[in-house]
Amino acid sequence: MRGVFDILGPIMIGPSSSHTAGAVRLGLMAGKLLGERAVRAEILLHGSFAQTYRGHGTDKALIGGIMGFEPEDERLREALETARQTGLAYSFQAVEIPGAHPNTAVLCLTGSSGRTIRVEGASTGGGNIRISRIGDFEVHLTGKYPALVIVHRDRPGVVNKITAILARYKINIAYMKLSRRNRGQEAMMIIETDDDLFSELVEDCSAVPESIKAFAIPAIRGKEQEA
Amino acid sequence: MTSFNSIAELIQEARESACSVSQVVIHWEMENNQLSEGRQREIMLKNWHVMEEALERGMKNTEKSLSGLTGGDALKLYAYRQHGYTGEAVLSTAASAMGVSEVNAVMGRIVACPTAGSCGIVPAALYAAAMQRGSRTEEIVDALFTAAGIGMVVEANASIAGAYGGCQAECGTAAGMAAAALVQLAGGSPEMIGNAVALAMKNLLGLACDPVAGLVEVPCVKRNGFIAVHAMLAADMAMAGVKSVIPADEVIDAMDRIGRAMPSSIKETAEGGLAATKTGRELAKKLFR
Repeated sequence: MRGVFDILGPIMIGPSSSHTAGAVRLGLMAGKLLGERAVRAEILLHGSFAQTYRGHGTDKALIGGIMGFEPEDERLREALETARQTGLAYSFQAVEIPGAHPNTAVLCLTGSSGRTIRVEGASTGGGNIRISRIGDFEVHLTGKYPALVIVHRDRPGVVNKITAILARYKINIAYMKLSRRNRGQEAMMIIETDDDLFSELVEDCSAVPESIKAFAIPAIRGKEQEA
Repeated sequence: MTSFNSIAELIQEARESACSVSQVVIHWEMENNQLSEGRQREIMLKNWHVMEEALERGMKNTEKSLSGLTGGDALKLYAYRQHGYTGEAVLSTAASAMGVSEVNAVMGRIVACPTAGSCGIVPAALYAAAMQRGSRTEEIVDALFTAAGIGMVVEANASIAGAYGGCQAECGTAAGMAAAALVQLAGGSPEMIGNAVALAMKNLLGLACDPVAGLVEVPCVKRNGFIAVHAMLAADMAMAGVKSVIPADEVIDAMDRIGRAMPSSIKETAEGGLAATKTGRELAKKLFR
């Protein structure tokens, strides 16, 4: 069940919690997953997002989020102008994704170093989001918890090694998901935690021999709840 | 452990612990999200302050939305409040709910409650009730926790997204939340809260989300005004001892089934209903030319 302030909140810039505030969070999440300044954003919109994105400012919200604006940031009103001025090229296209949530967006981002990422997620109501796909991997991320993402070779014992590291740092796991494309090839582990993740922990995870890449995504939700 | 997955369980938990519904909700949040009661109250108070700012701004608002479809109606209704059939309390409440919704439409700052499209209902009803009763801020904050608890149950068992369940999921849920908050504020029993939720939500079942041009403006702004009053009536009925024949949880279940059965054209796609009327289409064409 969602928490008190997921329902009564967030404090946000209108006009739509799902199409504006939720869209900001989808953009924020994709920006954090890219991990560097975005220079190009190709955005595909499905369902209600595709039908009504202009009227709800969904375009401003997604782009603002990619640039790191929060849902209550008044600069969202001018996010598209800001993007043009700061060298973030963007495009929007309506698409049909069978079976996808009606408020689904696919964000294809290119960073300043040339790094690219493809993130699919949905705005599930009241400003809440769910990231369902990163690249070819199926995931389940809400942005509510800090998340540790590990791309690794599909071998026995990797989960054991990673969770041992988390245990050593006394980090409690809230949710965990493991997926792979093909047996014995690349796999992805996503661990949402109750506690913040720090760089030493991520470095230790990177040092696991089967690890290809490890990185942390800070929570984008509930900033207002920080003590 | 505090646990509730339905309105019935929320009421039962309050009964068994001999505390208010708001206290059960606060305990749940303490256990599940590790927020102390004091911290929760601080956050909720901040939410209430943003609601008050939006109420104040809305009552004076003359700014038109970017589309030009809304803005200034709250002010008109407020000026008329002493001359109507329904009385000053009702007209002020409707005006202030419309005002908050107008602030939302001009990309102003509001609190989603549970969503932005329905953001005027809880603050307007609660503000009017608190003024009438002379409630302390602490009591208002408690009422907001009760409202949140109702929204949590609806979200877990149905939906609070118009794109998923139509407007019944947004304004319908807000009405249930507001009615519950008002009963709590008046010192009603947990059972009365359950009845207020059922009564408020039952009469909004099937409500379409069909905004003109896809904007959260028509019919949303005026609808916030109507439904704030609707929620007050549900709270009054429950406080008078009127019971809902269908319990709140079954109403929520019905809302979920109705939401699933509704065609996508009336679930926030701007393809059906009012959006598809002659005027609706003409406005959309003009706006996006």
